[in-house]
Amino acid sequence: MLRTVAMAAMLGITGGLPSPGAAADDDGQWTTVAKDASNTRYAALAQIDRTTVRNLKLAFRFSTGVTRGHEAAPLVIGSTMVIVTPYPNIVYALDLSRPGANVKWKFEPKPLAEAQGVACCDVVNRGAAYADGRIFFNTLDNQTIALDLQTGRELWRTRLGEIRRGETMTMAPLVVKGKVLVGNSGGEMGVRGWLTALDAATGRIVWRAWSTGPDKDVLIGPSFRPYYAQDRGTDLGVKSWPPEAWKIGGGTAWGFLSYDPELDLVYYGTANPGPWNPEQRPGDNKWTSGTFARRPDTGEAIWFYQWNPHDLHDYDGVNEHVLVDLPVGGTGGGGPGGRLRKVLLHPDRNGYLYVLDRATGEVLSADPFVPITSSLGVDLPSGRLRPNPQTAPRTGEVVRNICPASPGGKDWQPSAWSPRTRLLYIPHQNLCQDAASYEVGYIAGTPYVGADVKMKPGPGGHRGEFSAWDPVARRKAWRITEHFPVWSGALATAGDLVFYGTMDGWFKAVDARSGELLWQQQLSSGIIGQPVSYLGPDGKQYVAVLAGVGGWAGAVVAAGLDARDGTAALGFANAMRDLPQRTRLGGALYVFALP
Amino acid sequence: MAAPEGPRTLRVCVDPDNLPYSQAGGTGYEPALARLLADELKLPLQLHWQPMRRGLVRKTLGDGVCDALLTVPQGLDRLLTTRAYYRSSHVLLTRQADPAPLRSLDDPRLPQLRIGVQLIGDDLAASPPGHALVRRGAVARVVGYTVDGGSTQDADDGQGPAAQRMAAALARGQLDAGLAWGPQAGWFAAQAQPPLALQVLAAPAGLGLPFEFGMAVGVRRGETAWRDRLQAALDARQADIDALLDRWHVPRVPNLPNLPNVQHGPSVPNAAPPPPSPEPPK
Repeated sequence: MLRTVAMAAMLGITGGLPSPGAAADDDGQWTTVAKDASNTRYAALAQIDRTTVRNLKLAFRFSTGVTRGHEAAPLVIGSTMVIVTPYPNIVYALDLSRPGANVKWKFEPKPLAEAQGVACCDVVNRGAAYADGRIFFNTLDNQTIALDLQTGRELWRTRLGEIRRGETMTMAPLVVKGKVLVGNSGGEMGVRGWLTALDAATGRIVWRAWSTGPDKDVLIGPSFRPYYAQDRGTDLGVKSWPPEAWKIGGGTAWGFLSYDPELDLVYYGTANPGPWNPEQRPGDNKWTSGTFARRPDTGEAIWFYQWNPHDLHDYDGVNEHVLVDLPVGGTGGGGPGGRLRKVLLHPDRNGYLYVLDRATGEVLSADPFVPITSSLGVDLPSGRLRPNPQTAPRTGEVVRNICPASPGGKDWQPSAWSPRTRLLYIPHQNLCQDAASYEVGYIAGTPYVGADVKMKPGPGGHRGEFSAWDPVARRKAWRITEHFPVWSGALATAGDLVFYGTMDGWFKAVDARSGELLWQQQLSSGIIGQPVSYLGPDGKQYVAVLAGVGGWAGAVVAAGLDARDGTAALGFANAMRDLPQRTRLGGALYVFALP
Repeated sequence: MAAPEGPRTLRVCVDPDNLPYSQAGGTGYEPALARLLADELKLPLQLHWQPMRRGLVRKTLGDGVCDALLTVPQGLDRLLTTRAYYRSSHVLLTRQADPAPLRSLDDPRLPQLRIGVQLIGDDLAASPPGHALVRRGAVARVVGYTVDGGSTQDADDGQGPAAQRMAAALARGQLDAGLAWGPQAGWFAAQAQPPLALQVLAAPAGLGLPFEFGMAVGVRRGETAWRDRLQAALDARQADIDALLDRWHVPRVPNLPNLPNVQHGPSVPNAAPPPPSPEPPK
């Protein structure tokens, strides 16, 4: 394969992941869904910049043959691009060394069709992982599969969960030190959450860390040093629940994983607790809706912080952790001029942009990035979220204007960091909801009463936003309002551009410093994928994204739901009634470059 | 849907593992009810087997694989129903041999007793009796049986419907009582060894949630003529249907077929529509 001279400054690391801060060198590949283990989603490529981007043109397009929500990031390893489709989770490898879309190989894992009926929020897949010549990906029916990158030959597959129990897998694995880390989905079904490490060579399970239950299941031992007193004690994953309720406690691990090789810590969040009615599960419900820092070799927990103790609003804690080093101070609000600190940035479902010390789990700041009525703030001395009793759900009554709505200030869609602007680019929504704890439902021959939730636009009337957040100044530098929730990932580049897509199919490039729209093109379907940028074998910079509307926000189109029924898609349909007029089903990879 | 009166075959979706409604092989009261209706309507019958989980209306009627569901709550959102052809209630199960069984949710022992409930639907919503237990401080010793095979009980092997597992646990002595939806409770109580006693419960005052539901036949919204044909068939064969439900041990409460399912709690009205779409940017 060809590489330009400018790119000869390769990282000294082979087969590993770049360290936090190593953004200056870029080998032009995209070997992990978030670009690097720090999850920056930043490409240090500047051929496409603020003056040239207006000439950006379609280089090629590839139809995946699948028409559900396409959430994955394409990987680029050398001259091979790898994409994973939603169910049935086809893996395509494209040969980038020739013009156009050339399928080098295709792998069809043939997951069980019944898995589609179990997935809560569209049958998505967020992408594959790569290490040492192998591709790793998850199927909806709970298999992790390894393939040979060059040939697509299956090397191993391991089944990790049971669809009969409501379990599925949608997340993109992360490979750390020869282990493939994967997590499950299905907290809505009472699935007990876990993170599992598989040996990359054999697929054998090396360790599993449960999200609830006794310490021996959660892999909490003598090295566990949570920062706050409320997280210290033995077997809190049992004691913070009514007896035995932890067995159906949720806390699944379906988000993105980060890794700091210097601290040797993997970071990931756990989803919300079950059951839905918080009155049935008094207690803090550990270790749900929070973040673990664990050692990748053994899985042992080093620290934990709970974003939402005793969660009331379906706020999963699984959103990404972007690892950066910033001049921020300690508790009471740091500011510019503080010492350089290893932190993580985490935009939570609950609407706060958190900055945590990633060595200890201490909360350094927590500031709203959307309007919030569901809580009153984060008390920094205790580290505890202060819920707002006015917006707590009450059986038999309507509670109005709960902000943010259940998908949160931001859901799974990942943000991007630019080391040049020092801003975090956050794709997100602006939604509130009214909720009544009463709606007759019916499943498996049993009538029940569930939450009647109707989501609606938040203050301002727009349902989506793309915000540039300054974590040192603790405020937005700029923001763009969008008609629909911005459900795609973000991409930042050294050309001082940020890319994202809208649910009605507009792929946009904006000025990273000002937010000015510099280029856009409407694609064949709404965009909820993760955009990437890479150097092709010809030395040109490319930007690639999957289009194909769906996901929870797009279920009204992807699942063909009746938009007149506002409670469909767990109440999201109410806020998305106009989406079917603005886009349609699709599934295609789009790759752009300068002419 | 070519003919104005509706389908020319009675195509019904049934669950392959959900007694007393249906089970693969053709048992359960729904296949028998389907044969009754097909006979009355003078249509051939086709059963389409499909588990009824999340999205069941969309995946059956919505996808067009069948034209009727035989047991749905009267007035259920997302489809059009006949009037209820029977009415049942969530019920209380205890062991017949229990010398001092639970008889009422006002029993002061309630928080100390091990009580099973079904957990179903979005985020494991509890059945209305489950909510009643919570209101009475009975949380710590409640055992939830999820539709998808989970529970908090070690001895639960996750096989079979939630009510079946609950009845088995009660019979074994691992529960003191069970609260389950009538048709399911009735069938599994009748199978249990040692025998179980079943008692209809009234919804506690002030709960704001119903214990009783009228059960009807459901069709796609808008198919009024087809629904009316099914209604006429149900009316004509009500006596046979009552006997069928007796054979399957479905507990019933007085059915007032013209009484719609009364909403005991407020529902959320539709929010204001979103603002008009702006012109696509140039």
